[in-house]
Order: sequence, then structure tokens, then C-alpha cells
Amino acid sequence: MLLLPALLGLAFLLIPLIGLLAKAPWSTLPSKLFSADVWTALRLSLVCATAATALCLLLGIPLAWLLARGELPGRGLIRALVTVPLVLPPVVGGVALLLVLGRRGLIGEHLDTWFGFSLPFTTAGVIVAEAFVAMPFLVISVEGALRAADPRYEEAAATLGAGRWLTFRRVTLPSIAPGVVAGTVLCWARALGEFGATITFAGNFPGRTTTMPLAVYLALETDPDVAVVLSVVLLLVSVVVLASLRERWISGLR
Amino acid sequence: MFRRTALAALTTVAALTLVSCGADKPAASSPSSSVSGTVTVFAAASLTGTFTQLGKDFEAANPGVKVVFNFAGSSALATQINQGAPADVFASAAPKNMDQVTDKGTPTTFVQNTLEIAVPKGNPGKIAGLKDFTDKNKKIALCAAQVPCGAAADKVFKAAGLTPQPDSLEQDVKAALTKVSLGEVDAALVYKTDVLAAKEKVDGIEFPEADKAINEYPIATLSKAPNATGAKAFVDYILSDKGKAVLSAAGFGQP
Repeated sequence: MLLLPALLGLAFLLIPLIGLLAKAPWSTLPSKLFSADVWTALRLSLVCATAATALCLLLGIPLAWLLARGELPGRGLIRALVTVPLVLPPVVGGVALLLVLGRRGLIGEHLDTWFGFSLPFTTAGVIVAEAFVAMPFLVISVEGALRAADPRYEEAAATLGAGRWLTFRRVTLPSIAPGVVAGTVLCWARALGEFGATITFAGNFPGRTTTMPLAVYLALETDPDVAVVLSVVLLLVSVVVLASLRERWISGLR
Repeated sequence: MFRRTALAALTTVAALTLVSCGADKPAASSPSSSVSGTVTVFAAASLTGTFTQLGKDFEAANPGVKVVFNFAGSSALATQINQGAPADVFASAAPKNMDQVTDKGTPTTFVQNTLEIAVPKGNPGKIAGLKDFTDKNKKIALCAAQVPCGAAADKVFKAAGLTPQPDSLEQDVKAALTKVSLGEVDAALVYKTDVLAAKEKVDGIEFPEADKAINEYPIATLSKAPNATGAKAFVDYILSDKGKAVLSAAGFGQP
């Protein structure tokens, strides 16, 4: 009963990818691939996605801990708010970031007048946009792991005299490691593919803010072949990274 | 600046007066008696505001006639028409897309659009002209070279002998305009009609080199039009003085 819809679901997800590979201009692929623009965009994408993930880990794990363990009122509401960027169209997220961190934004205005610093149109802006969209993925999966973990180990550590920070570092974190890794991978993948918030908040300039998804979108306007090549590269990179991580780290999830 | 705004306001008033005159006397327009049914018009997205208005006026002038619009990018529309979409009239934002359509009457260029410098209200970046686009210390947005407004901007800068220093190459003209209206950039190059449409939030600055990249809009009836008389009447209406007045008020130039 379940097999047929399952296979249909699989086909639905895979056939577009197969179509991408089938339509790729394989004969001219090397020449298109080794243009400097592609590498600039790819390198920028990898750097930004990784930096955004680091930012998410730094802020997201404590936030997940607060949601799972903290004694705070209205926790359900806060959890719902944390997941808003998941459902928000990314372009709207980008506009929201502009309204807050832009040159005339609530906070951005002061950054500009006090420090002469503004985020839009910079690589830092790309990282902020990607982190905004990707962080909920990390928070949700780490929070899930924390709730599933047995708090008695932490209590035991506490009775043995370990402080909060030591307990978190030596007991909590190792026990939720698989959840953290899974969340990190999801977060990185989401950041790598980010388009709407990036182009809205950080704009598009080669070498500075043109990540792979932006390059794909603009290539579609003039040369669909190049767009397909860029997409295949992005696809391969993400498959390689996700597969290698899965082998090494995520086996603990099974 | 004020003079320009005042002028635009005057033109709008003039256009409205003309339009209402037309609406008051439907019998005065010659084709009104023979036209009936539905007229299907495929028009470039940048014509959305003006054509919606003109469609209503046309319906008022020809009781019983209904105008249905399909607004989209010109290249998408050309493809749809060639694939057999039942359209009566095609108004394209570029001659190139009109040429793609095979079965049609003789196209007429009915308006043109030129580039203009858009700056946030009050011009905080103190932009004086095209030369400021080469200043690294000013925040500048242009359209990417892949889209029409970016190609037009390239032409303009070549003609002026300037190398711009943009901070962002936006994916379409509306995105560039948004960056201006939010105050994120000091200036962008957009179409004159875009500046007028957003005149609450942006000011426009004209520059002489704009003449080097004039974007022409052709309109034509289609050979396979289900409503051939309606198609001809609508095109005539767009080309009439009433049509011209509404289009000019929105910032379109006359060819």
C-alpha cells in the first residue's frame, strides 16, 4: 500500500535532478566550468555558507538549550517565533533585514553614523542573510536532540560538583552530538542554496555578493546552458559534502 | 525637482481631463458602433498601470466591450502567442520580442522609455549626474547586464565615456528601484516610468546621455485574432490622443 506512493515521491524528487544532468551541455562543459566567474561564485558560496553556519552554531546552540532546558515563560511562543524564518518567503526576510540592518534601518542607521559601516552589498551581508534563513534548521534539530537526551546525566554531573558550563561542555554536548551535526549539515545546505534573502539584502556583485544561486538566476536570462552548468556544479558540491559527512558523522543517527 | 513634479502633476490633470471627456462622449469615438465582445491584449509588464487605465477608458467609450489583459515579460508573451495563445493585440517592451511573433499586422511604435537617475527623496547622496556613478564612495545600484535595463545602462555609460562603480547589479529594474526607495543606495539607473510610479519615495534626475539608449515599444494586431475588429479598435485607441495623454502622464515618451 505504501510502496507505490513512496516510489512516486522518490521519482518526483529525483527526476528533475536527472533532467538537469541529462540537459547539461556535457561537450562544452569544461570550457564553461573553468571560467573564472564560476570559481569566484563557488568559492564565495562555500565561504559564506560555512561562515553563516559557524555563526548559527555560536548563537543557535545556546538558543536551542534555552528553549529545551530554560525555565522561561511563553516558551511555546518563542519556539514558534524562532521558526518564522522557515516559513517566511526569503525575499521578505531580505526586506526585513534591510529595514533593520540597512543603511536607513532601525539598527543599521546607527552602525552607519557611528562606525561608518553598513552591511548591505558586502560579503558580511551575505553571511547575515544566509544565517537568518538557515539558523532555524539548526535550532530545531539541536532542541530536538536536547529534549530527547536524558537530563539525569546532567543532574548527576551537577551532584558531583560540576558547574553549569562544565556540565554543558562535557556531558550535554557530547550526548547531543549527532543532533548538532545533523542540524549543522541542514543549516549549511540551506545557506549554500540561499537566494531570495541574499539578493534582496546583500545585492549582487561578482566576487563580493554573487553566490552560486545568484549567478544561476542571472545566467538564466541570457545563457541557460551556463545556468545548467552552474547548477550541476552546486549539486555535485552539496552531494559530495553531504555524503562524506553522512558516512563519517551522521551514522550515529541511525 | 519641483518644476518636474509640478509638470508631471499638470500632465496628469490634463490626461484625466482628456480621458473624462472621452468617457462622457462615447459616441464621439468612431469605431464604437462596430466593436463588440472581448478584446484580449497581451502587454509588457511595464505597461500594467497605464494599460489597465486605458482598458477601462476603452470599455467606457465602447459599451458592451470587455478588455482582458495578460501582463508579463515581453519574451514570455511572444512565446505564448507563437504557441497559439488566443490574443488579439500584442504590445511589447522591445522590438526584438515583437519580431519573434510571426503572424501579425504591421507593428507601430507607440511609446518609448528612457533611463533616468533615481535617487532617494531629498537626494541624500548629493548626486548631480551620471559622473557620480564613478565615485567609489557613493552607493550605486545598476541592473545586471543580462536584463534589458542593464544593457541600456551599459550603452549610456559607453556613450558618456564613464566606467561606473556599482555596489550591486540588480536582477531587474524593480529591484534596483526598491534599493533606492529604501535608501540603501544613493542612486540607481531605472526607467523614467519607474521613477514616476514611485514618486512618493524617489526623485528623478535626467541626463543628456539617456538619448543613447531609447527603449521602443511596438504594438500590433495579431493575424489569428479571435476579435479582429476589437483588436484594431484597441490599437487605434492606444494610438489616439487620449491614449497618448495617459501614457505620457506615466512618463512614457512619444516616438
